[in-house]
Amino acid sequence: MKDETNNDANTKVPMRDELKKRVIKGPDGFEFEVDPLRDYYCEEAPKEHPPIYVKIVEDFFNWARSESLWILGFGTGCGAIEMRPLMTPRFDAYRYGIQWRPTPRQANLLIISGYLSVKTLKRAIRAYEQMQSPKYVMGLGSCTINGGMYFDSYNTIKRLDEYMPVDLYIAGCMPRPEALLKGFEDLKKIIRSGKAEGANHYAEHFERYKENQKKVILDWDMPDYNW
Amino acid sequence: MQNLFNRLKAHFPLGEITEQRENLAFITVERAQLRALLLHMRDIEGYTHLVLLTAVDWIEDGQLQLTYLLNNRAEARDVGLRVLLGRDGTVMDSIHDIWPTAETYQRELREMFGIDFPGSPRVNDDFALEGWVDIPPYRRDFDTLAFSEKNFTHRDGRETRDPRQHMKQKLYPDGGA
Repeated sequence: MKDETNNDANTKVPMRDELKKRVIKGPDGFEFEVDPLRDYYCEEAPKEHPPIYVKIVEDFFNWARSESLWILGFGTGCGAIEMRPLMTPRFDAYRYGIQWRPTPRQANLLIISGYLSVKTLKRAIRAYEQMQSPKYVMGLGSCTINGGMYFDSYNTIKRLDEYMPVDLYIAGCMPRPEALLKGFEDLKKIIRSGKAEGANHYAEHFERYKENQKKVILDWDMPDYNW
Repeated sequence: MQNLFNRLKAHFPLGEITEQRENLAFITVERAQLRALLLHMRDIEGYTHLVLLTAVDWIEDGQLQLTYLLNNRAEARDVGLRVLLGRDGTVMDSIHDIWPTAETYQRELREMFGIDFPGSPRVNDDFALEGWVDIPPYRRDFDTLAFSEKNFTHRDGRETRDPRQHMKQKLYPDGGA
């Protein structure tokens, strides 16, 4: 698995030139080797962090986690439109302690808000992997469940849970902001009951998820794990 | 529009004209004439704006049609120039030096229809798709449903209903006398 990223023979699509390992001559004449996929990322696979404390302590942790949901402002498909009224006075999700953050490092909830094209899936995977554990994924709308109206599209995936662990789906095309608020409350219940173990599931079944991801993303030009 | 057609006819061999509206017409032209015609339209007839460049796949006739839609702003008129090409190994002359915007259209046509435009900047770069290995998806012999079923995992339980029958059943369960 380690060599796959740099081996052109294994993938049908050739690696872009700027991502290949090469020797670069600096302005001072000093030559150095650059391997863009290895130099800036960690290759360590994600580890499981199972609950280790007694139940009452874990319950307390889970309660705390459920009350601090920070959403990554990553919009795909039409569902991103539904999040605008949600974060503004009309529906005001902030009163439930739910807020949006601009970067994956500061967020723990990834909402896939509609269809995912293969091109966006690649970015969504990177965003998910860069988030800190414990992290949660919500799939919005029928597109993430079974493809929805894009069931015969050449470029959109049909099942989100093949590529990343999903804690909760919200059905609808598109679900209204009220449905999302209900979804947040349900997600809080799932977290409090200790069942939102998506990040651990991802670490445990890492090979399978990577296999599924690489099956559709043919120009895999990133490290296998890139936090 | 007929006036324009007659004026052009004096200089270029032209195919048939389809007048869609008073201010919109399509003219079929030869590939060899296209470049001279576009320059003539831009510099002499006042059609200075390339609205779009798109393709149609006439798979039954074995032809790909390119449409260059031009706009004359002063007279508020549009003219589409149609060029018919063979479907196999389609190559067309680039017009990015006449209208720089054509570069983007040509990149898209290269990816979606597999029409090559040698000399057009960045024409072989990815446009919307990444790592595409099948035949270009906008060609009509590309079966998008089969492709999707082969490549993307399917979830059971999906039902498809005929909307007319379904609503009839729902609204008039007893058949609607």
